[in-house]
Amino acid sequence: MTTRTQPDLLYSEEEEALRAAVRDLLTDHCDAPGVIARTESDQLHDPELWKVLGDGMGLAGLLVPESLGGQGATHREAAVVLEELGRAVAPVPYLTSAVVATEALLACETDEAAELLSALASGRTIGALAVTLAAGPGAPFTSVRHEEGALHGELTGIADAAAADVLLVPAEDGGLYAVDADADGVTVTPQVSLDLTRPVATVTLVGAPARRLTPDAAPAVRRALRAGAGLLASEQFGLAEWCLTETVRHLKERKQFNRPVGGFQAIKHRLAQLWLEVVNTRAAARNAADALATASTDADVAVAVAQAYAAPVAVHAAEEAVQLHGGIGMTWEHPAHLYLKRAKADSIAYGTAGGHREALAELVDLRAP
Amino acid sequence: MTAAASTSGVLDAAELRRRTRELLEARPPAETDRLDFLKARFDAGLAWVHYPEGLGGLGAPRSLQGVVDAELEAAGAPDNDPRRIGIGLGMAAPTILRFGTEEQKSRFLRPLWAGDEVWCQLFSEPGAGSDLAALGTRAVREGDAWVVNGQKVWTSSAHLARWAILIARTDPDLPKHRGITYFICDMTDPGVEVRPLRQITGEAEFNEVFLTDVRIPDAHRLGEIGDGWRVAQTTLMNERVSIGGMRIPREGGMIGPVSKTWRERPDLRTHDLHQRLLKLWVEAEVARLTGERLRQQLVAGQPGPEGSGMKLAFARLNQEISGLEVELLGEEGLLYDDWTMRRPELVDFTGRDAGYRYLRSKGNSIEGGTSEVLLNIVAERVLGLPSEPRTDKDVAWKDLAR
Ligand SMILES: Cc1cc2nc3c(=O)[nH]c(=O)nc-3n(C[C@H](O)[C@H](O)[C@H](O)COP(=O)(O)OP(=O)(O)OC[C@H]3O[C@@H](n4cnc5c(N)ncnc54)[C@H](O)[C@@H]3O)c2cc1C
Repeated sequence: MTTRTQPDLLYSEEEEALRAAVRDLLTDHCDAPGVIARTESDQLHDPELWKVLGDGMGLAGLLVPESLGGQGATHREAAVVLEELGRAVAPVPYLTSAVVATEALLACETDEAAELLSALASGRTIGALAVTLAAGPGAPFTSVRHEEGALHGELTGIADAAAADVLLVPAEDGGLYAVDADADGVTVTPQVSLDLTRPVATVTLVGAPARRLTPDAAPAVRRALRAGAGLLASEQFGLAEWCLTETVRHLKERKQFNRPVGGFQAIKHRLAQLWLEVVNTRAAARNAADALATASTDADVAVAVAQAYAAPVAVHAAEEAVQLHGGIGMTWEHPAHLYLKRAKADSIAYGTAGGHREALAELVDLRAP
Repeated sequence: MTAAASTSGVLDAAELRRRTRELLEARPPAETDRLDFLKARFDAGLAWVHYPEGLGGLGAPRSLQGVVDAELEAAGAPDNDPRRIGIGLGMAAPTILRFGTEEQKSRFLRPLWAGDEVWCQLFSEPGAGSDLAALGTRAVREGDAWVVNGQKVWTSSAHLARWAILIARTDPDLPKHRGITYFICDMTDPGVEVRPLRQITGEAEFNEVFLTDVRIPDAHRLGEIGDGWRVAQTTLMNERVSIGGMRIPREGGMIGPVSKTWRERPDLRTHDLHQRLLKLWVEAEVARLTGERLRQQLVAGQPGPEGSGMKLAFARLNQEISGLEVELLGEEGLLYDDWTMRRPELVDFTGRDAGYRYLRSKGNSIEGGTSEVLLNIVAERVLGLPSEPRTDKDVAWKDLAR
């Protein structure tokens, strides 16, 4: 693959069409009251929405080659999907299954991995990498004990594990293993999560039957987490953009002191400032998606920059949304809190902004004192 | 000459210490019912020493309260659990003290301070938040009483309250700031309906309150008819200090839990977090000192608009510190202790887990006047900058667009 000198930071016509299709679908299948109601239910993930996204539209297989039953598309398209999912805080395991678990499998060369890739691409099987959501690319991660074809140990903070059919588990022998979530010896226990739209869980393995995907888990995990971190920036962008748009809309309508609150200069400047941050986030997120799609030599930098920038912007946008809605923003009924919780959890997911800045310190040779 | 002065001549720290010990001897906390002790403390003038005699105080300097509190705490005496009765203590009481009749003061202040009766604040409405003076709840005079109809919102503690401070429109023909009257509303009146509103923390701390033909005797009016806006200013000024201005020791506020975590969990430390934590630690310490200085300044008397500055700093720091704490916790920061819908008895901004503190602190810049409104107050009333042009001040309330 060649590396272009200039990354393509725009959206192609196909990408815009894809966005429109996903947005339509989410408008119909993922409205805010529904998402809020689901956070109060026992089933935090939305299986119907996942079915239309994955099975119906084929989006779960964007990163999987056509030869394995996928769409053979790239991170650029997956990023567009994530922008829309972020805008809707959709409770589906797209980032975790269609990006992170898929990327881990793409790094494995076994038939077992190829078979699983096809299954994940169809959307009918959901995969989760059993590494804590807090781990950034290159960070150490917990492994479990491997003994006579079975795994033993406990892993915490596993995002979307409760929805997963198959878990990709790193073991102490250095290998990465596939474990069926419904097999004997596997217990997935939901943890009470700050972000109920991407809940985490504990995975306990007691003699869980496991199939080896690769003897060398580290590069697979690293690749998976790098893609996760890079494309998360697109989700954060979509989330931030929703917060900005919705807040602007509210403040055009909301009147106090006999005039729209959005007309006060202090508010206008705040929102204009936030717009700048959102614009910057889009550029950084597109750059990361493009670098991943083209396997650019700049991908590590692009991902670290995107995550270091996008994470605080998404949090800021959500915090502004809550604040500038006033009392309504503090209610459970208004969706602003879903965005706040997602943005805050996202700021930890796949490494914090501080972690990514530290990675950059090495990458661009600006070392710590 | 007051009774207080007659015993020792001066009301200084030594005298207050002596009186506190006298109370402790007369009513040993270990052998006295909690409420009885609190009422005895009130009657001894040791509840809030700067209040007048007979109303829980001694007319002593406010700064001497600490002497009494320390003495009582050392003796293991019960306190009045201020977190449960914040609105009564912080808002209703100073307003009643300043504007109440003698009957109102002696009827309401004692059970208020002792926590026997919880208070809530029926100010905000769906259409009147930042622009509180636009409120539309109507109070119409009928003989010796007022009949009140309207809807209030975001009312904290309404589900626990015995009484409410209420502002309502009594003259729609006047410009909005002038047609408002201030009342004490009986929350057990059959026309008061309280419905919980769930919050982003999962709890329902605040409520919607529907008022339908609620009858308030004229004797429960606070201040003159039509003077409610001015009376409410006292409440609001006090609210702002009471939200941001508690006396705390070093690391007493939101910076406490994160500092503890930092010390106990070397595994979580990074250079980035370290610098950010220290920066916030310094800001928290400076905010604490500013509060201390403000308290020394207003030894007696009413807080001015400077108090708004305290609440501004308090809100921002609570938010930034708890936000940092969630990030510091990493994987544990992805968790939350409990989403169960509850109607809590008390609110502790620094309680529960980091996730709760982070979410709850978002309210600190909204409740009691938003940070934007407080910044306007600082700009206009402290700095004397001109206000924005207003189109709503001299028009009859009824003619304003809604
Ligand atoms: C946790 C909590 C507890 C509360 N408890 C009580 C209670 O017990 N009793 C009670 O009466 N009320 C209570 N409130 C209500 C609170 O006082 C109001 O929410 C607040 O005054 C804001 O009003 P609003 O919600 O209508 O927002 P709005 O007035 O609609 O404001 C929306 C946004 O616009 C901004 N804004 C408005 N005007 C301006 C301006 N001129 N310049 C710049 N920005 C502006 C605001 O700052 C805010 O960010 C509580 C609120 C919360 C969050």
